Amino acid sequence: MNFVLLIFLPIVAALVVPLLFRKLKAIHTGWFVLLVPIVLFIYYIGFIKTTMDGGHAIAELQWIPSLGISFVSYIDGLSLLFTLLITGIGSLVVLYSIFYLDKNREKLNNFYVYLLIFMSAMLGVVQSDNVISLYLFWELTSISSFLLIGYWNTRDRSRFGALKSMMITVFGGLMLLGGFILLGIMGDTFSIRELIANASTFVGHEFFTLALVLVLLGAFTKSAQFPFHIWLPDAMEAPTPVSAYLHSATMVKAGLYLVARFTPIFAVSEVWIWLVTGIGLLTLFCGSLFAVKQTDLKAILAFSTVSQLGLIMSLLGAGALAYHSDDAIFKFATFAAIFHLINHATFKGSLFMIAGIVDHETGTRDIRKLGGLMSIMPVSFTVAFIGSMSMAGLPPFSGFLSKEMFLQSMLAIRHFELFNFATWGILFPVIAWIASVFTFVYSFYFVFKTFAGRQKSEPLPNKPHEAPSGMLVSPVILASLVVVIFFIPNIIGKWFVKPAVMAIQPGLYSHPSDVKVDVAAWHGFAAPELWMTVSLVGVGFILFLTMARWQKLYDIHPEYMSLNALYDSAMLFSEGGMNRISRFYMTGLIRTYLIYMFAFIAAITAATLFIKEAFVVDMESFTPINLYGILNAIVLVIAVSMVLLAKTRLSAIIALGGVGYSVALFFVIFKAPDLALTQLVIETISVALFLLAFKHLPSLSNHGLTKRNKLGNLIIAAGVGITVTLVALSAHSQKLIPSISQYYKDTVATEAGGGNIVNVILVDYRGFDTLFEIAVLSIAGIAVLAMIRLKLSRKEESTDENK
Amino acid sequence: MEFLMAIVVGILFMAAVYLILSRSLLKVILGTGLLSHGAHLLILTMGGLGGAAPPVLTEGVTDFADPLPQALILTAIVISFGVTAFILVLAYRTYAEHQTDNMNLMKGNDEHD
Repeated sequence: MNFVLLIFLPIVAALVVPLLFRKLKAIHTGWFVLLVPIVLFIYYIGFIKTTMDGGHAIAELQWIPSLGISFVSYIDGLSLLFTLLITGIGSLVVLYSIFYLDKNREKLNNFYVYLLIFMSAMLGVVQSDNVISLYLFWELTSISSFLLIGYWNTRDRSRFGALKSMMITVFGGLMLLGGFILLGIMGDTFSIRELIANASTFVGHEFFTLALVLVLLGAFTKSAQFPFHIWLPDAMEAPTPVSAYLHSATMVKAGLYLVARFTPIFAVSEVWIWLVTGIGLLTLFCGSLFAVKQTDLKAILAFSTVSQLGLIMSLLGAGALAYHSDDAIFKFATFAAIFHLINHATFKGSLFMIAGIVDHETGTRDIRKLGGLMSIMPVSFTVAFIGSMSMAGLPPFSGFLSKEMFLQSMLAIRHFELFNFATWGILFPVIAWIASVFTFVYSFYFVFKTFAGRQKSEPLPNKPHEAPSGMLVSPVILASLVVVIFFIPNIIGKWFVKPAVMAIQPGLYSHPSDVKVDVAAWHGFAAPELWMTVSLVGVGFILFLTMARWQKLYDIHPEYMSLNALYDSAMLFSEGGMNRISRFYMTGLIRTYLIYMFAFIAAITAATLFIKEAFVVDMESFTPINLYGILNAIVLVIAVSMVLLAKTRLSAIIALGGVGYSVALFFVIFKAPDLALTQLVIETISVALFLLAFKHLPSLSNHGLTKRNKLGNLIIAAGVGITVTLVALSAHSQKLIPSISQYYKDTVATEAGGGNIVNVILVDYRGFDTLFEIAVLSIAGIAVLAMIRLKLSRKEESTDENK
Repeated sequence: MEFLMAIVVGILFMAAVYLILSRSLLKVILGTGLLSHGAHLLILTMGGLGGAAPPVLTEGVTDFADPLPQALILTAIVISFGVTAFILVLAYRTYAEHQTDNMNLMKGNDEHD
């Protein structure tokens, strides 16, 4: 089976969703949707065997072969890991949403259509081997994310958040496209595998660093890295299942996927290592610092997601060091990155679901109003506790293992000797440690301020109670995974992490088992990371207890100095500026637009004539001047000037008629009797029509046209006139291809059996032209009739409104 | 002759554009009328004005005028008549509804943005 088609399965399923929603009101639409990710998950599990052996599977669907663009589904360890996350967590999120979204009140048809589109897009991103189709799916994730954040589109905050995420991620997407195209130019292919195979030739290419930076911009905006992280907290306006799915487990990880996928190409570069590691660490630090400030449960989680993404990003950056040194300690980081990515998806997914449950059952997400829910919602508390402790990095939860590995990798950076790391390397473990302290603080803050302590005196909007069991299934599954992974890290490593590591660093390993990393909870008392953990728990605990005293410090940072304020003012400025610019040239007057058009026609045509040296006048080819012709031309010009200068309607019409009749005379002079006859008839009817219509029209007036307006119009008119003259001359003087006229002349008697060539052309050779000409005439006739009969409906409507 | 005709065509186009750019709806319509005349003569001129006889097969005549431009123009004349008739009625309705033929007053407003 061509499994590339499975990428499109969710989108195809989305077509049926509105129908199911309408026809089967009694059943929550989510139950049908749930089938899609489950089926995909089960199908993709079958690939584990292949990737565990370091193999890959590939399927292709041709799209635009001439441009080297196709849909290629390339499944190796890395793609498979993401695919399973997308479908696995997708299943849990859909299950959760069935209980979260009320089937009678919510527009489920929209919701699930968006969600399924997203699922397809995300599968496409992680499986595409072709960068162009990858980009396509990448943008589709931005668009579906926009739709999902703005799902409650009557809320201002939702629309604002949706637009903000769209602006930032689509900007990044565009940069990414630039990076991909540069890569395509350098490697002369759009296939990622082939690019990786040619990677060694890119170094030193003039586009190399530019492509690197552009690809990273795409990855950083998507994965909410500093300073682009500002969209993620605002994206929390989305329904909580969406936040759990897109904004913690999958979409924001697309940037990490991209960095991981392109590591083999860019890892040789110093810029790459510094940017990925540095920005990652900075994001980790900022995210954890600001998470403590938040009072909204989901905002805490949003900043914590930002920070955790930064952590994984910095690990991916540190992993690239393995390309420069054979020392075993540098081979550690990539494993840690992938391992933490899995852990984060599980614990953060469960935490988001709990935040949604708290919101759903109490009516608020404001942590200042919450407290003491432990006894009322024991299951939710347990899940939240497990998730938070894992996030804080405490045993016996999976987060502890990956956090230790993270600290270990950061400590290792000190020993790296290239690229000035020996000087600055000490900063990495220090920042990592501080950020971890804050991570510890916000994890405790999240779970204990909500569930421990006493209930606040102010009653909650809803009377709190435990969530329905269906809603708890998904978070409980995720929380159990968090615990299970702690006890079987090496099985997870063997099945998922090592194949992924091999996919990220294909040149370094020939088989996943070559990745010599053994995860253990205990490394002995001598291990520095143990003491880092112990000290950060100690300091973090003290900070958590004294939080009320120092949380105020955040208020020193003025709001107008923040990145959000920068984004807002940039948006406001560009919106206002664009408005002013467009109002400047979009006057709403047809005249203005006509001026643009005429001026451009004249300028472009005349310029082309001269630039291409197409202006040629061949005096030889001209026919001799004819006396009647001169006389008639004089009559015509006089008539035209009378039209221009006419003071009354009647004289203008008569002069126009004069122009028409002298054109008819030209037809006579130039041996075109049919034309002359037609022109005479038509002109006569036209004049009659004009007279009829002008009776109902006001007298001529130039409506305050100033001298300057007139001069401007005259210049443009003269430009057009001169250009047309030049075109007429050059067109006549150069016959680049032979005319078909000769064919008509030769065959008119034999093929069509006629003598009047013009008539035969019209009714025979070009019969369809004439048919459609008649059609146009009848349409015009119907329109004329309709226009006369038309009632002034708009006027009547407006008077109705006034009543 | 073609040189002269090219200039005549240029003058027709110039007058047409000048009228189309004016503020009075009537003048705009007059302008479109001139524009179609200009276009017809332009086609004729580009094709060449030679030929001793009309393009009708006759014993002993070989030097015809070019039939192709004539066929094109014949179609164009009829179409432009249809268009002129339609514009005239359109102008009539516009005036009946808005009581003005000032193009400056006939523009969309921001309410419909």
